[in-house]
Amino acid sequence: MSDAATTPDAVRLGDEGTPPAGDLLSKFDALIAERQALLDTGVRDPYAIVMEEVLSPTAAIISGRETILLGTYNYMGMTFDPDVVAAGKQALDEFGAGTTGSRVLNGTYQGHRECEDALKEFYGTSSAIVFSTGYQANLGVISTLAGKGDYIILDADSHASIYDGCWLGNAEVVRFRHNSVEDLDKRLGRLPREAGKLVILEGVYSMLGDIAPLKEMVAVAKKHGCMILCDEAHGMGFFGEHGRGVFEEAGVSDDIDFVVGTFSKSVGTVGGFCVSNHPKFEVLRLVCRPYVFTASLPPSVVATAAASIRKLMHAGEKRAHLWKNSRRLHQGLRDLGYTLGTPTAQSAIIAVIFPDQETAVGVWQALLELGLYVNMARPPATPAGMFLLRCSLCAAHTDEQVGQILEMFATAGRAVGCIA
Amino acid sequence: MSDRDQTFAKVTQAIEPFNKKQAALTDDTSFARDLEWDSLTVMDFVAAIEDEFDIIITMNMQAEIETVGQLVDAVEKLKA
Repeated sequence: MSDAATTPDAVRLGDEGTPPAGDLLSKFDALIAERQALLDTGVRDPYAIVMEEVLSPTAAIISGRETILLGTYNYMGMTFDPDVVAAGKQALDEFGAGTTGSRVLNGTYQGHRECEDALKEFYGTSSAIVFSTGYQANLGVISTLAGKGDYIILDADSHASIYDGCWLGNAEVVRFRHNSVEDLDKRLGRLPREAGKLVILEGVYSMLGDIAPLKEMVAVAKKHGCMILCDEAHGMGFFGEHGRGVFEEAGVSDDIDFVVGTFSKSVGTVGGFCVSNHPKFEVLRLVCRPYVFTASLPPSVVATAAASIRKLMHAGEKRAHLWKNSRRLHQGLRDLGYTLGTPTAQSAIIAVIFPDQETAVGVWQALLELGLYVNMARPPATPAGMFLLRCSLCAAHTDEQVGQILEMFATAGRAVGCIA
Repeated sequence: MSDRDQTFAKVTQAIEPFNKKQAALTDDTSFARDLEWDSLTVMDFVAAIEDEFDIIITMNMQAEIETVGQLVDAVEKLKA
């Protein structure tokens, strides 16, 4: 919760006048102009939303208006869980506001240890390492595992943190067509047999909300002698018997060498992690730069994460409700005539595809004015140059809210003229 | 035709479906400047070249290749 703040109508990026020679920011002139042209049409800036008050996992005050949130990653609705909030408050009182240090020096408190213990129990692994963000977990683990002469093989639609992890290291990087088992097999077959190879997969791809054919991909990767890292950022909490992710549901737990995840989605706070059964895994704490050269998470954050992870172990009813919400919204949007990123609801993300930026922003703004917030996504974050409105559901969305959401999509789409 | 000429012919043939601007193709033709390809087109094209010659052009190598001539040389080296 926060004090009331004002929403800037438009964050002004550029100023008039010619840039001085040698202005390093002039390379962004085209983007500044594109954004200004869009804002000049009178729409609100989709990337400058401020939530003045947050009422619950599914509602906030935006520009003075109560708004249903359908664009968070708060899948399991843990942000306001009383036990989670209480654990954070207690840690804040007992351990202070921050650690002011690296995990390997003065920044590992009892709470960090307990958080890693909770992860080991949740995933049933022998090791767990907590990073300060999910982004840093990917940066650190990928750049450290794959060194000079090794190969990283990644899906073309991989998250930015995976690509950035590749650039931080010295390995050779090969990518295959999104979710194509055949393309992966073909590329692995062309790589040197003896070289170290890390195949990186994601359980759920967050832009379209589609899931990976992990059973087939893992079989191919193992056939070629690769180690496998699976990012379950958007799968943790509601896939598989224990909620570990898509890899658990696919029945390939024993073949995944490293699972990377985040606390900023189902867990409901911030932070990242990697879990593994590899006997030498703990050495990463000494050699992983994004782990060593940054401050550790505040005590309150690891306390909320640990409390949340333990509750997620027994969240069967929430999981069932989240899946029900996702299937109902998917069916409802299809019935209204929208084009969606997946033929059926494969995850808690439902992406509505629009032909161009103007239509996408038009519907986005109409929804906001009706009291619904969704995420707007555009290239380069999206595959194939698509403009998307991404809806992400929460286990805390009530049946009534899902009904309201569908009504608002009907009204907004008809007002803009993109559905009949 | 020399080996390099043959590779050049195959590479330019593979470029054609992506050559929306009908740019003339020489060793000096630049992918970004003359063909104006975006990253998605590059991805599709690289996959086509890799399959044509049964090679892998890593993203590290792709970052160094700016012209058609440089690509032909890289393919020559990789299939050797």
